[in-house]
Amino acid sequence: MRELKDKKVLMDDESIRRGLVRISHEILEKNKGTENLVLVGIRTRGVPLAKRVAAHIQEIEGKSIPVGILDITLYRDDLSTVTQQPIVHKTEIDFDVTGKILVLVDDVLYTGRTVRAALDALIDLGRPSQIQLAVLVDRGHRELPIRADYVGKNVPTSNQEVIHVALEEIDGEDQVILQELV
Amino acid sequence: MSSLKSKHMLGLDGVTREEISLILKTAEAMKEIFTRKVKKVPTLTGKTVVNLFYEPSTRTRASFELAGKMLSANMMNLSSSSSSVVKGESLIDTGKTLEAMGADIIIMRHSAQGSCKLLSQHVKASIINAGDGNHEHPTQALLDMFTIKEKKGQIEGLTVLIVGDILHSRVARSNIFGLLTMGAKVRVVGPATLIPVEYKKLGVEVFYTLEDALQGADVVNILRIQRERQKKGMFPSIREFHRFYGMNERIIPYLKDDVLILHPGPMNQGVEIDPIIALDDRAVIEEQVTNGVATRMALFYLLAGRGNQNEDLN
Repeated sequence: MRELKDKKVLMDDESIRRGLVRISHEILEKNKGTENLVLVGIRTRGVPLAKRVAAHIQEIEGKSIPVGILDITLYRDDLSTVTQQPIVHKTEIDFDVTGKILVLVDDVLYTGRTVRAALDALIDLGRPSQIQLAVLVDRGHRELPIRADYVGKNVPTSNQEVIHVALEEIDGEDQVILQELV
Repeated sequence: MSSLKSKHMLGLDGVTREEISLILKTAEAMKEIFTRKVKKVPTLTGKTVVNLFYEPSTRTRASFELAGKMLSANMMNLSSSSSSVVKGESLIDTGKTLEAMGADIIIMRHSAQGSCKLLSQHVKASIINAGDGNHEHPTQALLDMFTIKEKKGQIEGLTVLIVGDILHSRVARSNIFGLLTMGAKVRVVGPATLIPVEYKKLGVEVFYTLEDALQGADVVNILRIQRERQKKGMFPSIREFHRFYGMNERIIPYLKDDVLILHPGPMNQGVEIDPIIALDDRAVIEEQVTNGVATRMALFYLLAGRGNQNEDLN
């Protein structure tokens, strides 16, 4: 079993906050306000990120927008190859997505397979007028034709490296660390 | 813990608390799919699931079928009356045939105890026991526990009473194993001829008077009187059973205000349960049906990743 070694702190709590504030402004600018706007966080770490973006938007525009939680486990394309079945959690989207501008939020964009699964899951829930993608870190190495509309930080990485995102709500602190398999 | 130890679900005897909790937690996520417009997810695309029923069944078979279809599996239904069983094919040969067709999961109901275990020793597919004689019916107990957990918040510490023909009931047996594992107190009540005293050794409280047994019970699970298994005269008459052990108007004063009333169905109204109980707000018999599909989906999901693995049987 190979171990992970911390290599570098990519983002601290302040730079995460600034990244999310910028993303919130970009979302509002691109969509000209909050009309029909909804956010959906991908479990696990996309959820607190989506809630934070919603809070920033509330601060900026004074309007609250709905936030949903998406679990993509049942849509994964590797279920027949992994030996340990990932635990399925509940999807909690208590609003109709049809006709909405839906911003999907996740922590790291890597191969694009999670986003592919999320798109399939969302389309089963209804027909949003648009789906956009916001991520805290884009680390490259896409295996599918998928790109993000809003990016907190672009980080060129090698396949030997791992991006570890820690968030206050889940991990007790805000930090993005570059780690290496040794 | 994110997987089950066995690739089969033959019974709840020996299944751990962590495993049962995992199934119930997964079922909770599966139930959400019912609230969607498109009640289907692609999880089991390409997997083949077979319903192999040697005994009649409507709801269990339909429940498994819907669970498989909601997960996008290829479902096949075989019943003994319309298959090569009537031509004399053995169980193992039927299993081998299904294996050759690529079955990943076989759900079996059979009148002989241990038949599911026998099949599991001869085919590579995961076997789910949908009732083998009077041995076990684990998915019914799992959906009962899921319903209890959903309505009561937890299972541990609750007093659960099982009423009726305990002796012939595979539902009772699986519930007893599962509930005790989850930390519930289990009581049984029924005519002395229909209660196996061995259950006392497991820690089950045995009652012979319904009114006494109901005192303090948080959950009452009413078993169907299986008329097809009552030919030996274990009690004098259906009418007498109804009078002493039927859940009817007479017992209403003995029910807790927040009691949860379960029945695995199909109900013999006027025998073990009267309409006044079945229609009571505290009865969740129809919801058990929905929960049954969610629980079976959870089991399919958890077993599907195990289908191609070998393991030793013990």
